[in-house]
Amino acid sequence: MIEDLPKATLLLEDGTLFIGKPAGKIGTTVGEICFNTGMTGYQEIFTDPSYYGQVLVATNVHVGNYGIKDAENESDSIKIAGLICRHFTNDYSRAQADRSIQEYFENEQLVGIQEVDTRAIVKHIRSKGAMNCIISSEISDVNTLKKKLAQVPSMDGLELASKVSTKEPYFLGNPASKWKIAVLDFGTKQNILNCFLERDCFLRVFPAKTTYSELKKWDPDGYFLSNGPGDPAPMNYAVDTIKQILKDAKPLFGICLGHQLLARAIGISTFKMHHGHRGINHPVKNIVMDHCEITSQNHGFGINPEDVIKYADQVKITHRNLNDESIEGIQLNAVPAFSVQYHPEASPGPHDSRYLFDQFIELLKNHSSN
Amino acid sequence: MPIDTSIKSVLIIGSGPIVIGQACEFDYSGSQAARSLREEGIEVSLINSNPATIMTDQVTADHIYLKPLTVESLEEILQERQVDAVLPTMGGQTALNLAIEADKQGLWDKYNVRMIGVDVDAIDLAENRELFRKLMVEIGMGVAPSFIANSFLEGKSAAQKIGFPLVIRPSYTLGGTGGSFVMKAKDFDEALRRGLDASPSHEVLVEKAVLGWKEFELELLRDANDNVVIICTVENMDPMGIHTGDSITVAPAMTLSDTGYQQMRDDAIKMMRSLGNFAGGCNVQFAQNPDTEELIAIEINPRVSRSSALASKATGYPIAKIAAKLAIGYNLDELKNQITKTTSAYFEPTLDYVIVKMPRWNFEKFYGSDHTLGLQMKSVGEVMSIGRNFLEAIQKACQSQENNRMGLGADKKEWIRTSDILERLEKVSDDRIYRVKDALRLGVPINTVHKLTNIDLWFLKQIKLLVKTEERLLKFNVAEDIPYEFMLEVKRMGYSDGQIAWLLRIKEEEVAAYRKRLGIIRTYKMVDTCAAEFEAKTPYFYSTFDTENESIPSDNKKIIILGSGPNRIGQGIEFDYCCVHGVLAVKEAGYDAIMVNCNPETVSTDFDIADKLYFEPVYWEHLEEIIDLEKPEGVIVQLGGQTALKLSKKLKEKGIKIIGTEYEDMDLAEDRESFSDLLKEIGIPYPQYGAASDVDAALEISKSIPYPLLVRPSYVLGGQRMRIVINDDELERTALSIFKHMPDNNVLIDQFLERAKEAEIDAICDGDDVHIMGIMEHIEPAGIHSGDSSAMLPTYSLSEAVLEKMKEYTAQLAKALKIKGLINIQFAIKDEKVFVIEANPRGSRTTPFIAKAYKVPYLKIATLVMLGYKKLKDFEIVKNLDGFAIKVPIFSFEKFPNVDMNLGPEMKSTGEEIRFIKDLTDPYFRNLDSKRSMYLTR
Repeated sequence: MIEDLPKATLLLEDGTLFIGKPAGKIGTTVGEICFNTGMTGYQEIFTDPSYYGQVLVATNVHVGNYGIKDAENESDSIKIAGLICRHFTNDYSRAQADRSIQEYFENEQLVGIQEVDTRAIVKHIRSKGAMNCIISSEISDVNTLKKKLAQVPSMDGLELASKVSTKEPYFLGNPASKWKIAVLDFGTKQNILNCFLERDCFLRVFPAKTTYSELKKWDPDGYFLSNGPGDPAPMNYAVDTIKQILKDAKPLFGICLGHQLLARAIGISTFKMHHGHRGINHPVKNIVMDHCEITSQNHGFGINPEDVIKYADQVKITHRNLNDESIEGIQLNAVPAFSVQYHPEASPGPHDSRYLFDQFIELLKNHSSN
Repeated sequence: MPIDTSIKSVLIIGSGPIVIGQACEFDYSGSQAARSLREEGIEVSLINSNPATIMTDQVTADHIYLKPLTVESLEEILQERQVDAVLPTMGGQTALNLAIEADKQGLWDKYNVRMIGVDVDAIDLAENRELFRKLMVEIGMGVAPSFIANSFLEGKSAAQKIGFPLVIRPSYTLGGTGGSFVMKAKDFDEALRRGLDASPSHEVLVEKAVLGWKEFELELLRDANDNVVIICTVENMDPMGIHTGDSITVAPAMTLSDTGYQQMRDDAIKMMRSLGNFAGGCNVQFAQNPDTEELIAIEINPRVSRSSALASKATGYPIAKIAAKLAIGYNLDELKNQITKTTSAYFEPTLDYVIVKMPRWNFEKFYGSDHTLGLQMKSVGEVMSIGRNFLEAIQKACQSQENNRMGLGADKKEWIRTSDILERLEKVSDDRIYRVKDALRLGVPINTVHKLTNIDLWFLKQIKLLVKTEERLLKFNVAEDIPYEFMLEVKRMGYSDGQIAWLLRIKEEEVAAYRKRLGIIRTYKMVDTCAAEFEAKTPYFYSTFDTENESIPSDNKKIIILGSGPNRIGQGIEFDYCCVHGVLAVKEAGYDAIMVNCNPETVSTDFDIADKLYFEPVYWEHLEEIIDLEKPEGVIVQLGGQTALKLSKKLKEKGIKIIGTEYEDMDLAEDRESFSDLLKEIGIPYPQYGAASDVDAALEISKSIPYPLLVRPSYVLGGQRMRIVINDDELERTALSIFKHMPDNNVLIDQFLERAKEAEIDAICDGDDVHIMGIMEHIEPAGIHSGDSSAMLPTYSLSEAVLEKMKEYTAQLAKALKIKGLINIQFAIKDEKVFVIEANPRGSRTTPFIAKAYKVPYLKIATLVMLGYKKLKDFEIVKNLDGFAIKVPIFSFEKFPNVDMNLGPEMKSTGEEIRFIKDLTDPYFRNLDSKRSMYLTR
């Protein structure tokens, strides 16, 4: 019975307090609060490195129903900093599952809170914006929690990509594959890499801070800029690398943080969004093909639309969000490079946008035949 | 592509009378489509033979044709009116079949009418089992091995190849008619014969049965630019083997991983695209192997369906409205989300709640019928409930059912013999969910229940949580012993105060008072399509026990209108019609109209009908808290049938104003004894009667009243268990059976007026004046339930003197009962003498029929009168009927082989049709009338 569990506390930076019950490990955790509206795919979200440092609110009221299947992780460990949910449902059912969500959280030392009004929390974030928060199932004194919370740095200006990136470069796939792709890992999801592997690519995944000259040594056919957590603004190391890649004029593809970094390399600024886009139902229109796709999204920063117009000679807009008109995709005019703000590899989410990987392969083909 | 401006006038085809498998959800989709098209300045014509629908009302369409659904009727319309396009996807299989038939006859070409929203090839592909199967194989979808059979021999050889268990699915039938599972070879011949008979093309598919696989449904929308969205994913708690219309279903899917779901999503889109290039709604069903997660395509419906109505109510996304706009050329990205008004219609709704749909059966109406659930749909209605978790939602669904349950068990209706329970788990009937709970309560292991039912373990583990909770509750003696936190947890699991009270063996009021003192009261959350990501303006709410209440009462004066709950025999779509008009009239009178109902098939629960909608059980505990929050001026109970009327006592006790006729007066009419006293007092003849509390008393009564006698339980709907008996023996047996099955009831015994004529009047009274809306004469004699009788408006064989007497009695009764609003009075006429059989102080089944036949907005008038906003003399009522209108009952007997099809005092019809005739020489009428004499000679 839920009644038998101890109390857990959620405190937001603006002082808003919620009392619930613990989920996962008993302990304390901090991070920036954000919400995801997906109704499936909790496990993929937990392990998506882009969520590093973030406390996730699940709007779906039951979390954990189908347990955890290890093969469906998006990275080697849980990346969210904490979980806030309505019902943490430990009684799971799935023949193929390996373990329950409680066991998984305990193994991964993740702290969460359940039995709170998640809808009220989402509405709060929607109106007040993203902010830091603290969850604790061991400390209930609000003043202590406040002090701890005050020490947490703001996500604005925070560089996190290098923390989740691979430490050493590694190879992936069959060396005899048709294409060699250099992946700049800012916190890539496993499924992005799978999407390349399925398309006859051999990958070398490089740490975030790899220099252009090191990348070039491998002589790839194309480059990929991965997704990842944090603010792109302080990531000058990556922007420098990308600028040089662009000079090389080889095919380049960027996703999410990779998209923001490509924009920055052109001179387009990025900004922190009020509360971001996170879910698997975001409508995007491909304005080049005049076709719509339902996309998986997870970002708290965006690229500045005015700057995109300013650099219209270099870049054109390919995708727009149908809800708020924000820019979802760009393409460079002079160089075979493009990027999208959303996650075409999905996982979780719809597969509507996987054609972008094919598009990248087309670029590789065209480039090699030239 | 933006709107196609060449379409200026559209014909919508309705679904005809309500039958099992095709109910009022198509009134909902048709009305929504009509409003959606009119919004675009398109002229809408509508054909439907069902007079109880909102879609055939002046408020919905420009031109209404209450005609039989035939190609001839269509041609008459096309001759009379310029129609550019026909939209056949809103009226179920009936409308599609009619459109195809008309197409085959070249009607659409002849009148230059385009079919929009679907193409005939797509329908053919979807409906023809063999074509569908081939197509699925072609596009790489998994299908169950199967063979098509057009003859008995072919069927036999198919069965030999496939083995048992197998399924027989007839082509082109509705709601699985004629289909069945065959577990053993010995049952095969009969099942095959029935299947071949049921199919209009004498074609069946013999298919391997994937019993026990998990079953899912996806609702899709596609525009002409091939943009597709999934509006809703529904999981059937009852796995493969039970018709989805008879399954308890849940949204969002509870046990589906993202990998599983995305595969389904991809496959559904692939399947829809493979059917052709139509713009509109589509429903796809899958079976999933629970072990390997392998998928099989079960079927695809390229039209708006029962499940799309449910999906609309479940998500807030108005599928029919958008589908209609797509049919006239819009693309999804050109339309706005109707709920948020700011975001795009091209998106996929996300839920931050759980909905449960629970079917409503009426087996007690079908004697001799097979109560087992299977391939063929047998439920007559459904409820939907919304909660912040599965258990809350399913318990609310039980509370919405109106079958005297207070939730999922814990209400003294439990079974206690394990062997009986286990048998019922295998032989699935309408009570399975309760038996699952009973089994778990008695300690049957979850795995055993799972083996017997194939219900996914997740659901069973959830239900087991209820058992554990109840075990703990049993330890308390008084409400005050229950700690705050536990009480909150219990209420969050959907328990009603009544269930808690039953477990503690205390009074419901004690539980209610205590938990309210603790501050544990309902909060309301919005259904907004987007899990609160965007601000929404929709007034669509459900209750739960969470922290924040989002339903902020306005400062305006408000009126609550009570709906009629799930459709069932004797109480159906007519009351939805009444409620919609009630809502509109309440608004016109300057109040905020607040609707409370739990039937997802209805128009009255559409998101933009009332000022505020509470999608809640029409159950006192829920209603009381809505009243506490909203503080309305009053509550209208006259429009929601017996369901709403039943709550008036509680309203009275709470001191809430009942709009119109007072509680005491309604009760006077409802209570047989006091009503008879009243009739006696004012000198109105009535059949002799007596009330008995045991069989001896019943036999005693029979001494003073001559046989034949009409015997029935008090307080029932649609003449349930009503019998005509002719001797002591029969009386004893009938009375015994009533006391056995309905122990809390008295038995009422009436003198049965043999060979009498029956007639009824619907009237409005404003306290001073009485207006007779219509007098209907039943073509069948007394003894056939009025709901099953064909009724003529106006009367055709009653004398002037009799009519005058009926009017006189109506006026007398309306005044004596101080009616403010509607009253329905049933008469028997024998040898020119008029008897009053009963009076219903509310809107009746026939009010919509009269309103349609005379083209008078009677429900609006009645509501304004009820409110005291207008008097009858403020209206100029002009009845407009050339000739006669006949209300024809429609039955769903084909769903129940072996059932007793003889009509009697117990109502069996599921729907009705209206027929207009010029005079009494009409052949249709003469045929009906000749049957009347047949009844009389029996």
